[in-house]
Amino acid sequence: MAHAHHDHHDHDHPHPTRPDQDDRLTYYQTMEIAVRELLVEKGILTADQIRRQVEDMDNRTPLRGAKVVARAWTDPAYKARLLAEGNPALEEIGLDRGPYRLVVVENTPAVHNVIVCTLCSCYPRWLLGLPPDWYKSRNYRSRVVREPRSVLREFGLDLRDDVTVRVHDSTADMRYLVLPARPAGTEGWSEEQLAALVTRDTMIGVAVPRPANP
Amino acid sequence: MSTAAISPRYCPGERVKVRAAYPPGHVRTPFYIRGHSGVVERLCGNYPNPEELAYARPGLPAQPLYRVRFLQRDVWPDYAGQPADSVDVEIYQHWLEPA
Amino acid sequence: MGGLPASPVAPSEHDYALWEKRVDALLVLLTSGGRMTVDELRRNIEALGADAYDRMSYYERWIHSIAQTLIQRGTITIDEFGRKMADSEARAQRGEL
Repeated sequence: MAHAHHDHHDHDHPHPTRPDQDDRLTYYQTMEIAVRELLVEKGILTADQIRRQVEDMDNRTPLRGAKVVARAWTDPAYKARLLAEGNPALEEIGLDRGPYRLVVVENTPAVHNVIVCTLCSCYPRWLLGLPPDWYKSRNYRSRVVREPRSVLREFGLDLRDDVTVRVHDSTADMRYLVLPARPAGTEGWSEEQLAALVTRDTMIGVAVPRPANP
Repeated sequence: MSTAAISPRYCPGERVKVRAAYPPGHVRTPFYIRGHSGVVERLCGNYPNPEELAYARPGLPAQPLYRVRFLQRDVWPDYAGQPADSVDVEIYQHWLEPA
Repeated sequence: MGGLPASPVAPSEHDYALWEKRVDALLVLLTSGGRMTVDELRRNIEALGADAYDRMSYYERWIHSIAQTLIQRGTITIDEFGRKMADSEARAQRGEL
């Protein structure tokens, strides 16, 4: 069931690295070694920089995005600032403003937003970590822009006819984050409790946060 | 060649049409949207032209970039969703003309 | 790619291998260091042709494209690549990698 699968992957710790098979290198693994070693030999990069960048990316999980959403849910004035200008609002809560302009789009009872990059795989990595394979797949990229409701249904999200679906195609220099609707029954919850309801898939727009347990 | 910034030509709310041109090279205007008309949702700012950056050239002067909202039923002849469903696409000014 | 005929979206993901994370790191460092642009990456991936999606995985397309870009910019020569790649394969076979 699509939802159960995504729940499993919406945890907050990084995925373990799958070890390379050292006994046999593929052509492209060999190419990676060559690019890396030549760049280090030429003094363009250092091995340390590369290692630190790998670690940095490992530590980027959807928790950062969830923190933004939880703050927006609890602070209407912050939410307004976030929707007007994403990057300064990130800095406000101690996050990197990021290398791209961030546009945050709000889900309401009338509008459901979903994000795609049909041309490649643009994604707000500095807030969510690396994108999942399906986001980068030909199938998602060709279909979600053309038949978003069918694709969302495949993810287990069935939207009513009175909800407008808005697809955002990151074709150029913007990056997008969906601000999901706050589930009912969460009045008085702390930001930490709220952030735990915000999964990666809800910020891409292929899922909505599960309702709070009564 | 002048590298002075290009002034934005379109305002939010204005109707614009995406040129139906098919050059070779690296283009960030998706095929599915070429020839279609929509409404400017916002001006995103000025950015160097990716068509030039793709060839290690500076891409200056920076081009105004817009988010343009298209109605899905205008873009896809067999669109099966709701009439207000839309797709928002970032498009550079040099790909737009008044609708 | 938008609007082309396609199949159901399989909600697949995989844990990234170290070499893939390194490819990603190389791209981030090279672009932030002004040694290449993402636009060159994208253009070189597009130049691989449509069947590249069947032949090559995501990060295979990336590393090929990064290598092409560095060759185009004169940062690394084809000869340097040829020698280093052969050397790396030999080291791997000797268990040194």
